[in-house]
Amino acid sequence: MTLDCPLPHPASDRVLLAHGEGGRLMRRLIRDVLLAALDNAHLRPLGDAALLPPFDGPVVTTTDCYVVSPLFFPGGDIGSLAVHGTVNDLAVSGAEPLYLTLGLIVEEGLPLETLRALVRSLGAAAEACGVPVVAGDTKVVPRGAADGLFVCTTGLGQLRPGVDLGCHRIRPGDRVLVSGTLGDHGLAVLSAREGLGLGDELRSDSAPLTGLVASLFDAGLDVRFLRDPTRGGVAAVLHEVAEATGLSIAIDEAALPLSEAGRGACEILGLDPLFVANEGKVVVFVSPAGADAALACLRRHPLGRDAARIGTVGEGPAGVLVRGPLGVPRVLDEPAGAPLPRIC
Amino acid sequence: MKHVDEYRDPHLARALLDRIHRSVTRPWTVMEVCGGQTHTLLRAGIDQLLPAGLRLVHGPGCPVCVTPLELIDRALAIAARPGVTFCSFGDMLRVPGSATDLLHVRAAGGDVRTVYSPLDAVALAREYPDREVVFFAVGFETTAPATALAVRQAAALGLGNFSLLAAHVLVPPAMAAILASPGNRVQAFLAAGHVCAVTGYEDYVALAERHRVPIVVTGFEPVDLLEGIALAVAQLEAGRHAVENQYARAVRRDGNRAAQDVVAEVYEVCDRPWRGLGILPRSGLRLRPTYAAFDAEKRFAVEAILTAESAECRAGEVLLGLLRPDECAAFGTACTPEHPLGAPMVSSEGACAAYWRYRRGGR
Repeated sequence: MTLDCPLPHPASDRVLLAHGEGGRLMRRLIRDVLLAALDNAHLRPLGDAALLPPFDGPVVTTTDCYVVSPLFFPGGDIGSLAVHGTVNDLAVSGAEPLYLTLGLIVEEGLPLETLRALVRSLGAAAEACGVPVVAGDTKVVPRGAADGLFVCTTGLGQLRPGVDLGCHRIRPGDRVLVSGTLGDHGLAVLSAREGLGLGDELRSDSAPLTGLVASLFDAGLDVRFLRDPTRGGVAAVLHEVAEATGLSIAIDEAALPLSEAGRGACEILGLDPLFVANEGKVVVFVSPAGADAALACLRRHPLGRDAARIGTVGEGPAGVLVRGPLGVPRVLDEPAGAPLPRIC
Repeated sequence: MKHVDEYRDPHLARALLDRIHRSVTRPWTVMEVCGGQTHTLLRAGIDQLLPAGLRLVHGPGCPVCVTPLELIDRALAIAARPGVTFCSFGDMLRVPGSATDLLHVRAAGGDVRTVYSPLDAVALAREYPDREVVFFAVGFETTAPATALAVRQAAALGLGNFSLLAAHVLVPPAMAAILASPGNRVQAFLAAGHVCAVTGYEDYVALAERHRVPIVVTGFEPVDLLEGIALAVAQLEAGRHAVENQYARAVRRDGNRAAQDVVAEVYEVCDRPWRGLGILPRSGLRLRPTYAAFDAEKRFAVEAILTAESAECRAGEVLLGLLRPDECAAFGTACTPEHPLGAPMVSSEGACAAYWRYRRGGR
């Protein structure tokens, strides 16, 4: 037998290397799986690049890669996460998210039905956020060279007029708010991945923050800085701000909002919720005069019901202190790259 | 949250602090044995709220910290072998051996896994019959029942590819060694509540009697620790030396019999070297001859281990309560969590890690 003549590919229920090789299988994958879930006028021509209309003002862009394991977890999956994570990076930068591009790296052998479900979830999340996927690329790598599916998304947005956010605007006396309970995403993924059986109530908070953040701007509040506390949790955000501003930040431990399930999981696993990842929360630095209104504004939104004021910015030196239950402040450590599983 | 909130209650804590302040008339030195207790004390700032003369010193109760370097190097050598799946609690991954640590062994291609239970390692051995699955059994009396169960389960399943690197140590011999050491300053102990939940506290009665020291079996929340300190101070002031049980919600005098039985079935008591304390007689557990087939030390002959202790690291003195972590010249300079000289800087129960985490800004 010679290998000169092409062998017909049997109909497969799994992704094959041939799905990434540019032939008929690849066209079918793009048409039946990707376009079926993501269809829009910009993507439909399937050209090498998408042509977008002119933007009305400064363009904001961001890129994120998603490697979460497991691919499906309570409260979300890698598809919806890849939309929310990137949309949220735009939203907290003061931008209105407009478009996404998508890169998929698929491991040979992934069930086609799994890929279809994840792309559908991604498409539904993108539609809910009003951000069409306008361009994309798919690669298939040999079994063992990836873990099921890796997703990369790039977001394009337009800066909201008059918005000026950044560490340069933070002053001593500013208040620190969080929009809800801490650590739910990291704990849900950890529990699902390790089979810890910590209960069904433990769900990822993966959600788009566009509406919540817009409500702060629409209320005309003097918001100084916003950040979504993903990897490294709220602790990573606080350290970043302290370092960039040279100011101190004092956090009141008793004020941290925690879900009952999240608190229990942290107790059992010995984790500090300040260090655990979130995917649908925002940390807000706001002027003292605007703090009460900002908190009320967050709490009016369904994603901000559990919002809380957790601390205050003080003079330098740079650092983060946490006031414990007995009133004694302690230094808040920086996230040290603990051997936690892939969470985003 | 029930069973947690009442032991962190600021009003209860304040009342206990007042009681301690009222009862102390002269300087005392009290050792909390367990690293988990050390972390609560520093995290809540209890040490800063006590009367000036009442000094807390931190004990050897961090099993990762007292594991001798020679055994860590042996573990690293086994973990690096092709064909071996090496399982450990996450605590051990960043603990430095003479030349490397488990994270670097993994980065270099070793199959190193973090597990939450030794039974997960048994499950891995079942799932991958062509791999040699080794579990690094580090811990005090608290974790020994679970590792004993894992061995018993592996034996029942006839798993020829599961073995255990036993590094279990026992607390009472270490407390006796501290009391007998020439520089000892410890006048009372807060014993480790979780250990006593398994073993009970019968063993401590003789120790308290022989050395005339009060021993209070104590829990891990701020109110537990304050109550333990209050009881210890009351005994010291009254010249008594009894064993008291502050942690009665978890600890019975005779402990957990079922747990003790499985440990006794699988392990026997042996002499064991402790980092910083030397060889302590009858202070460790090794597999009984009936379970020798599951002994990783016998299965993997590791030749010619050359251990090299850091000359700068004074972990031994820290573990004996002779040196406070922030009194060490290397603390925060040559020794940090990113570049640790010794295990106490990176173990979650290590005293140096507690000072780094909660105190370094206050120096």
